[in-house]
Amino acid sequence: MIHLDDVSLAYAGRTGPVLALEGTSIKVAKGEFAAVVGPSGCGKSTLMKLVTGLVKPTKGAVAVDGSPVTGPVKLAGMAFQNANMLPWRTVIENLMLPLEIVEPYRSNFRSKKAEYRERAETLLDTVGLKGFGDRFPWELSGGMQQRASLCRSLIHEPALLMLDEPFAALDAFTREELWCVLRDVWQRLGFTVVLVTHDLREAAFLADTIHVMSARPGRIIETRRVDFARPRSLDVCYEPPFQELVLALRNKIAEVRSA
Amino acid sequence: MTNRQIETLAPWLFTLGLFVFWELACRLFNVSSVILPAPSEIFAAMVKYSSPLLKNSFVTLWTTVAGFLLAVGFGLLLGLFVGWSRTIYRGLYPVMIGFNSIPKVAVVPILVLWFGIGEVPAILTAFLISFFPIVVNVATGLATIEPELEDVLRALGASKLDVMRKVGIPRSMPYFFGSLKVAITLAFVGAVVSETLASNAGLGALMTQAGSNFQMPLVFAGLLALAIEGIGMYAVTAWIEARMTGWAIRSQQSAAG
Repeated sequence: MIHLDDVSLAYAGRTGPVLALEGTSIKVAKGEFAAVVGPSGCGKSTLMKLVTGLVKPTKGAVAVDGSPVTGPVKLAGMAFQNANMLPWRTVIENLMLPLEIVEPYRSNFRSKKAEYRERAETLLDTVGLKGFGDRFPWELSGGMQQRASLCRSLIHEPALLMLDEPFAALDAFTREELWCVLRDVWQRLGFTVVLVTHDLREAAFLADTIHVMSARPGRIIETRRVDFARPRSLDVCYEPPFQELVLALRNKIAEVRSA
Repeated sequence: MTNRQIETLAPWLFTLGLFVFWELACRLFNVSSVILPAPSEIFAAMVKYSSPLLKNSFVTLWTTVAGFLLAVGFGLLLGLFVGWSRTIYRGLYPVMIGFNSIPKVAVVPILVLWFGIGEVPAILTAFLISFFPIVVNVATGLATIEPELEDVLRALGASKLDVMRKVGIPRSMPYFFGSLKVAITLAFVGAVVSETLASNAGLGALMTQAGSNFQMPLVFAGLLALAIEGIGMYAVTAWIEARMTGWAIRSQQSAAG
């Protein structure tokens, strides 16, 4: 699904070019849940922009779904640490925003509005926001907004979901709840996910593979498969193999940071 | 009386208090009415000259509103244009700053040369002085779209026009409506300045004439009329702002981040 081949990216900084990413290679299979972890400022977000075609690599090649990326990929759903809801739209209207942009929904948006509305409501239901569709985002708590944001990134049934620390601003309980929401939606719909995070437990609980990045300039220094049986329950997090994995990742990152 | 009632009454009480203080000061210190007329004399003048005051107030009102509406139309268009891209923003900004820093008083003689004495220079001065805040506000609203939100949309294949229509323009509306309060006040200043310098109608002209005849109570009656008119126009634009962009105020107040 995603193939980054020896990709480097430099951008113009205050004192000359800054290398954000250097010689990064990643492969993510179709339907795979990949997580990218690393110290802050290691270019994780840059990686997201590269994959979605929002920035072009200075060197190397990016391919998504078998074809090289030359511009915005037009198929990815994205969610960030901030829910970024539009405050003048109700939750349902916010959810339907991608449908107003992506084909084939865009051309028949007016005629099929009722159907799309229903779809948005079903999606809200799956993340536990039933009945909140007609509220405004600012009437919702941070966790609820983040759920809605997740729905918005999924409404057009994207083949690829890009998540940039989507749960970082939430409290621990809400975060674990949303892990399960994401796990369930992903298992039901089977899209490809790239999750950028610095929460190692989050990566270990959700992902099939974890890519560890080095400090700037970012490089992938280790890729680990996570073999816990699916469907995973939160109890997995309290078992020894899970703890060992998290500890190993932690040590790896500590090593990178001190280097 | 509850706190709330006192709060609603407060503006009236303070205004009344100001007039009472003014009246007492004039009487106590025996101030000549040619220097500073007492409120009682001013109100008497307002009643006595109510017909010319009303007629000229109306002229000032319509020149202000005409200039203001021109500024709204032009300011909105230019704001969208400037906010559209960083290059246009960078390129036009210094020119606009330069233009805005010219005191508009200096432009009135030119306008009079072009269009003659009367209402046209007043309208144009009102327009020239008031479009700038509208442009800046609309452009700022467009230029400060959250980059992540733009990423979300662009990753879906949204064009620049899509981003503007779905996010930029609705987002800049609170800025736009907020700027109207500033713009109407400025337009009013522009119209009156132009009337004072070069017109034979409007409150500005009326006050100039009354001043040269030493009819100080009438001059002050004109000032009072200006104040009332200014408050009225401000209130109307503030009301429009609250009506049109309630979400912006409420979303700021909500605790959820």
